Amino acid sequence: MAAPKTLFEKIWDTHLVNVQDDGTCLIYIDRHLIHEVTSPQAFEGLRFAGRKVRRPDQTLGVIDHDVPTTDRSKPIKDEEARIQIEAMQKNCAEFGVELFDIDDIRQGICHIIGPEQGFTLPGTILVAGDSHTATHGAFGSLAFGIGTSEVEHVLATQTLLQMPLKNMRITVEGDLGPGVTAKDVILAVIGEIGTAGGTGYAIEYAGQAIEDLTMEGRMTVCNMTIEAGARAGLVAPDEKTFEYLKGRPKSPKGGAWEQAEAYWRTLPSDEGASYDKEVTLNAADIAPQVTWGTSPEDVVPITASVPSPDDFDDPAKQEAAKMALQYMDLGPGTPMTDIAIDFAFVGACTNGRIEDIRAAAEVAKGRTVADGVTALIVPGSGLIKEQAEQEGLADILIDAGFEWREPGCSMCLAMNPDKVPPGKRCAATSNRNFKGRQGPNSRTHLVSPAMAVAAAVTGKLTDVRDLS
Amino acid sequence: MMEKFTKLTGVAAPMDMINIDTDMIIPKQFLITIERSGLGKNLFFEMRFDADGNEVEDFVLNQPAYRDATILVAGDNFGCGSSREHAPWALLDFGIRCVISTSFADIFYNNCFKNGILPIKLPPEDLAKLMDDAERGANATVTIDLENQVITGPDGGEVKFDLDEFKKHCLVNGLDDIGLTMQNADKIDDFEDAQKSERPWL
Repeated sequence: MAAPKTLFEKIWDTHLVNVQDDGTCLIYIDRHLIHEVTSPQAFEGLRFAGRKVRRPDQTLGVIDHDVPTTDRSKPIKDEEARIQIEAMQKNCAEFGVELFDIDDIRQGICHIIGPEQGFTLPGTILVAGDSHTATHGAFGSLAFGIGTSEVEHVLATQTLLQMPLKNMRITVEGDLGPGVTAKDVILAVIGEIGTAGGTGYAIEYAGQAIEDLTMEGRMTVCNMTIEAGARAGLVAPDEKTFEYLKGRPKSPKGGAWEQAEAYWRTLPSDEGASYDKEVTLNAADIAPQVTWGTSPEDVVPITASVPSPDDFDDPAKQEAAKMALQYMDLGPGTPMTDIAIDFAFVGACTNGRIEDIRAAAEVAKGRTVADGVTALIVPGSGLIKEQAEQEGLADILIDAGFEWREPGCSMCLAMNPDKVPPGKRCAATSNRNFKGRQGPNSRTHLVSPAMAVAAAVTGKLTDVRDLS
Repeated sequence: MMEKFTKLTGVAAPMDMINIDTDMIIPKQFLITIERSGLGKNLFFEMRFDADGNEVEDFVLNQPAYRDATILVAGDNFGCGSSREHAPWALLDFGIRCVISTSFADIFYNNCFKNGILPIKLPPEDLAKLMDDAERGANATVTIDLENQVITGPDGGEVKFDLDEFKKHCLVNGLDDIGLTMQNADKIDDFEDAQKSERPWL
């Protein structure tokens, strides 16, 4: 009998085109998502070398990073953004790549539309010029972010030169408590292993708490795997995966579906497969999480206080904490629930899916956004926006004082006009609290959608479990 | 196309901070471009300039001794965060050809090699020594000899470093990955044929 393999190894081994003597692998790429920010220089490279896109049928383009989330019928004011968007439109047309353009109902954040369209499938290798490509691993797809030179390499050859990743398994045992979500799980994981803890690994998530998550929740967990340093996160495909994908526009149909599903059932890691590293968390120990600093590893339970630099043993970490507290304008020992906020943002590839908007509406229902707080809800795609409107979620949120926006990356990285002003503080469902991420000198606290809304309606960071 | 990297002698600038992320290296407002060039003037923008656009005197690359630095010596986990290749493009456009740290984020690390930048991983004790060397301002001249995989400090002290053979080969010869892969076009054709019969739904 063959040696037991992990999910990662099964996918990797079926995608080898060539292996060099030094172990560098040429791997085949089944699916490639492209967006306007990291692709123009790649197309320019193709044009310069007289190369074509090898498999336009396995490539899907979308405009997500630069787009305004306000009225789309007006011309885009930012000239540079307009040039970048027009370049994307021109490149996709010239090279024969399907594009979900700004006015397409299917337009949205690339990591949301891939699964939504059934473009993302188990057992595939999927790449994009975006680090949050890890999201797609929720379907048992090996999915990772690449740079623009690699985008060009994939466009030209449908392959990549890579060294295999090591295997890590993170098991979250038991049941999550009330008010504790997938976002809290991944923030707790990052707090546990650190922002470089996963460097060089593909992380497979397992255990009862992961199995119990919806596909949306699994996507949230895999999405922030890169914030733990690992390029790829994976969850074994199961009934929920198949149910989610069945009938999606780009999913296999009829006999092809039967064949695919039978194959997908062989993908989960074999009993006895070995991992280079194992980490176990107990779901019951995880409270709603919130970040206090400028790295996603700067995270505590909402019930805790801002730490002191002296709480860290490593001098480099002490120095980093000191700088983070200064930037965030926070003092050690301040209870997290005493921190007032100016903005709340629900959206991004981390938390811009229908389940996230439902969670936001549930907390917002019958409450209103606190005075002085600006609160945005930015659905991850046009289809999610439409669904949320049909379910009545948009009305609940608008009535509560939230701004209901058009889909895009928005205030997660503030490349479009949605910015947190200097010195202002935002409870955000996005994935990075880096300095200046949401706008120059903005301050970010990463939280789940329910926690972001709890902060919006109380005007300060709040334990959503205390809102009755 | 890519500039070869064989030997580099230059000033090493110290950035003794952990987790220098790609948003710090080149903030998002400068990603709205369809070019690779011209990003150097905005490298480390938020650390390098104040709100009025004036240079922050204390910032290492604004100090006279380091304005022409070609090497950076930095703390753990350099280049974490986004996949933006604008980060190595900005470093290169500024004139940085080599970054030395204890560890790098995976995507950034790969991106460096596509642009003729050498990222060197060293054990903490070797990094500490180079950080000390780099603190000496204009006297912090360091030589990186890629072929022999050795760094020579201002006092003539040597530090060896490891590097994947294939990555080194490409850097030393300035090789374009796509050209190399195209030599395997037959194998890619064969793979696609096999995939069509084994996994026809793709």
